Amino acid sequence: MTAPEDYDLLVNGTEHHVVGAWIGESLLYVLRERLGLPGAKNACEQGECGSCSVMVDDRLVCSCLVLAASAVGTAITTVESLAPDGALSDVQQAFVDAGAVQCGFCTPGLVMAVEDLLARDAAPTELEVREAISGNLCRCTGYGRVIDAVRVAVRRRTGAEVA
Amino acid sequence: MTVLLPDSLDRACAQLADHPEAHVLAGGTDLMVEVNFGHRRPEAVLSLARVPELKGWGRDGDTLVLGAGVTYTELCDPAIAELAPALAQAARTVGSPQIRNAGTIGGNLGTGSPAGDTLPVLAALDATVELVSVTGRRTLPLAEYCIGPKRTARDATEIIASVSVPVARGPQEYLKVGPRNAMVISVAGLAAVADIEGRRVAVGLGSVGPVPLRAPEAEAWVVDRIDWSAGRLVDPADATEFGSLVAAAARPIDDHRATADYRRHCVSVLARRALTRMFAA
Ligand SMILES: Cc1cc2nc3c(=O)[nH]c(=O)nc-3n(C[C@H](O)[C@H](O)[C@H](O)COP(=O)(O)OP(=O)(O)OC[C@H]3O[C@@H](n4cnc5c(N)ncnc54)[C@H](O)[C@@H]3O)c2cc1C
Ligand code: FES
Ligand code: FES
Repeated sequence: MTAPEDYDLLVNGTEHHVVGAWIGESLLYVLRERLGLPGAKNACEQGECGSCSVMVDDRLVCSCLVLAASAVGTAITTVESLAPDGALSDVQQAFVDAGAVQCGFCTPGLVMAVEDLLARDAAPTELEVREAISGNLCRCTGYGRVIDAVRVAVRRRTGAEVA
Repeated sequence: MTVLLPDSLDRACAQLADHPEAHVLAGGTDLMVEVNFGHRRPEAVLSLARVPELKGWGRDGDTLVLGAGVTYTELCDPAIAELAPALAQAARTVGSPQIRNAGTIGGNLGTGSPAGDTLPVLAALDATVELVSVTGRRTLPLAEYCIGPKRTARDATEIIASVSVPVARGPQEYLKVGPRNAMVISVAGLAAVADIEGRRVAVGLGSVGPVPLRAPEAEAWVVDRIDWSAGRLVDPADATEFGSLVAAAARPIDDHRATADYRRHCVSVLARRALTRMFAA
């Protein structure tokens, strides 16, 4: 099958029709510029910063490195899905409460990485938390508060402490 | 630009034969960077995302067969890691979780960068690469597959189907030097694998030559320095000499990441460390 110039993407449970796009566009570009979903951020376009992190078929990936037209038929989940009615998810709330949001540019990507970690492991160790966010760059926080935010989220979800 | 999305390996080969100008796309972690930066504007892209034959892996007797589409995250899974520990260690050093979830072993082979972290492991394991096209299949030893920096023996109409390695026959290590623990292209990488029954140690070196290198002299020298029945070095101090011999096999260059001298030094330290970990008292 040859993907036509127009194609459909399933994002956050909704089919979106992408029309008239250059077929070489990244998923990040299509989400932000064509589908009006600017949650995923663009800082590097080379997989280094993680600010564009989304889930494609339950895998955390950099959307800047996904060819949008090759994601036809997958289920894409972006940060917008976490707060559909404007109410923050527990991880987002933990970031706010722990002071892990400064300029906020890295936050959507970090929140997606932390959501992915906690879905796989409800009670991670600090080393596992550090490894899980090693693909997300933050210029402001120095990461200490981000790790604090994960502690808060884990404590609220499970009552456990991050060791 | 067209995007081809074949749903079987046969169809992928047929479409690639019809569109030899098409660029193969697996996880995109090398190719999309080039597309985003305009370094590459392929007329056509053939995505392997829906080719099921490339995604599996399996054990065939003493051989581990890995589909080209196996990701780094999958290589770290205990089921594979137990059979190929050094490959799992190498996979764990790649990029970040996001990169490991997307990047594939076939893509590492496809790019063929001297810094590709799986390549020294595949060299040490005498891996074979299976290439398929409409005209048939061929299997190449890694040493014939990698022919230069980012140059491989793959023909434009061939798809890398799988890579095969022997199931671990003893301790294995992969170690790499870079400026931090995540997200680094290796300054030097070293794989060491032992075959306890066969009484052999094999070494693969990355980022210190145009292709992954072996260290035949060091490999031959170390055989008699190991008490094979105890699985220990006869004299732990021999690990240092092993390091020097392995470093002598490196052919590094100066570049923006490190000097040749520093790379040689790294190799000697990594070789000593790997041997010590494998055969510590
Ligand atoms: C931020 C970042 C960090 C990275 N860190 C590392 C690292 O630490 N170590 C490391 O080794 N690499 C690293 N890489 C490079 C990259 O992730 C690896 O080389 C990876 O294995 C590429 O696999 P892919 O599936 O994404 O390949 P793609 O980008 O899809 O393809 C790479 C090349 O291989 C060809 N190809 C892929 N599959 C096949 C196939 N089955 N048959 C024929 N040709 C094929 C493609 O045509 C293309 O030329 C990093 C990349 C990024 C963006
Ligand atoms: S924009 Fe995708 S990783 Fe930086
Ligand atoms: S809060 Fe500014 S980059 Fe992280």
